[in-house]
Amino acid sequence: MTVTAVVGYYEPWWLQLVKALVIFGVILAIFPMLTVYERKLMGRLQGRYGPNRVGPFGLLQPVAEILKFGAKEPFRPNTSIGFIFRLAPAIAMLTAVAALAILPFGDVQHIFGRRVGIYGIDVSIGPLYVFAFAGISFYGVMLGGWASGSKYSFLGAMRTAAQLISYEVSQSLALVGVVITAGTLSLTGIVHAQGGMWYIVPQIIGFIVFMVASLAEINRAPFDLVEADAELVGGFNTEYSGTSFAAFLFAEYLNMIVVAGIATTVFLGGWLLPFGIHPPGWVDPIVVVAKMMLFITFFIWIRFTLPRLRYDQLMSFGWKVLLPLATLNVLITAIVVVA
Amino acid sequence: MTGPYDPSADVIEVQRRPAPGPAHSTYRAFGETMRGLKTTFSRMVEGPVTMEYPEEKTPVYPRFRGRHKLHRFEDTGLEKCVGCSLCAAACPADCIRVVAAENTPEHRISAGERYAAVYEINLSRCIFCGYCEVACPFDAITMGHDYEMSDYTRSDLIFTKEMLLAEPIERTPLRSEGE
Repeated sequence: MTVTAVVGYYEPWWLQLVKALVIFGVILAIFPMLTVYERKLMGRLQGRYGPNRVGPFGLLQPVAEILKFGAKEPFRPNTSIGFIFRLAPAIAMLTAVAALAILPFGDVQHIFGRRVGIYGIDVSIGPLYVFAFAGISFYGVMLGGWASGSKYSFLGAMRTAAQLISYEVSQSLALVGVVITAGTLSLTGIVHAQGGMWYIVPQIIGFIVFMVASLAEINRAPFDLVEADAELVGGFNTEYSGTSFAAFLFAEYLNMIVVAGIATTVFLGGWLLPFGIHPPGWVDPIVVVAKMMLFITFFIWIRFTLPRLRYDQLMSFGWKVLLPLATLNVLITAIVVVA
Repeated sequence: MTGPYDPSADVIEVQRRPAPGPAHSTYRAFGETMRGLKTTFSRMVEGPVTMEYPEEKTPVYPRFRGRHKLHRFEDTGLEKCVGCSLCAAACPADCIRVVAAENTPEHRISAGERYAAVYEINLSRCIFCGYCEVACPFDAITMGHDYEMSDYTRSDLIFTKEMLLAEPIERTPLRSEGE
């Protein structure tokens, strides 16, 4: 089976390469800012300043941290399985980067007399692609925890398996409602279909289910049982140090960016602005990134508000509340669309 | 009150709401989540309460017991301390050492008959109880407001008479009235 993109226009290979480099570069630049933003916001939410010592306003904090990670000894326990132990962070990072490829940052523009879409690629299986890579990224966490040869890591990995399986179903089902309404799986198609009204209004149930399931999917509080610093000494990444640990951290933040991007695209109308404002094309990526930051801020806010759920609460919430809600949403959407 | 005691008369029926159902539980959880989000957000609106210590020092109260000070008479410039060693006797940590010597007309240090030839306080032992201040009959020693006394060696923490007499570098902000 070949997967072909339906774009309706031709992009030369060098243009795709340039686009890939630009998108990756921008996101790679956002990632360290995000770590410092999270910690500064965390400080403010707790009545503190947060990091403000390194550089102006503490903005050079990530540089110091990267230097620190780089200078650390790449420790590997005796009981670990070497090859998989080293492979796991790579899997986590690569899948997170791969999911980035289909996030639409803007409409098709005319640059250098060519038609260029401001996104990596517009695949005709948008959400499926994201969930496929989310499914693989879970191997990174799972194998990392298992290959560490430590009980804390193993417990963390086991929790990951259960948690991700429970919440991926609800997350996918939450998007099915949108896909039914838009009638397309292409993410740019979904954005174009939101010209009249953003899907957050008709798909509010789907939006809430998606947000909650996403919190669990990206292992953030209150669903951060995978890491659970207080109980599992860091969960699956207990035995990782130095750059491998940084890779997991990078993957985690990248997943957050991807989920925020998907939520923006699918529920908040991507690059569209409300009240019939049609800005010039170069504003599109700024709009998308601003909306993504909105979601990321919300994720951080939630993290520093809610305590971690108990394991059985997490499971019963996923299967008894979220899944029926998501299924009901799909059912009602289907009935409304057909009728 | 007549008749035999009836225990059931003392029983108070407590009115309890029925146990919350799933819908109500979900609603309540949602409401509490919103309340939590409001709480953290209002912390952000209030702004940080951090004192950025080395740049910004915590003000002390007027009666704060910091590092000791020895005093002179303002008019004559003579030391108030007469070397009576009452402070050393009162000190529970035994950190004050006083060696007294006689004043002579040519060599007059203090207002009394004798003066403290050696006056040392070992601040690594001091517990800042203020008993020395209470014991002193001439108000020669008082507790100051200085609380930044870290040093690199223990011997540096033994303050001599010259150091205690010297005008303290006023580094500690004082709390205003009623603060």
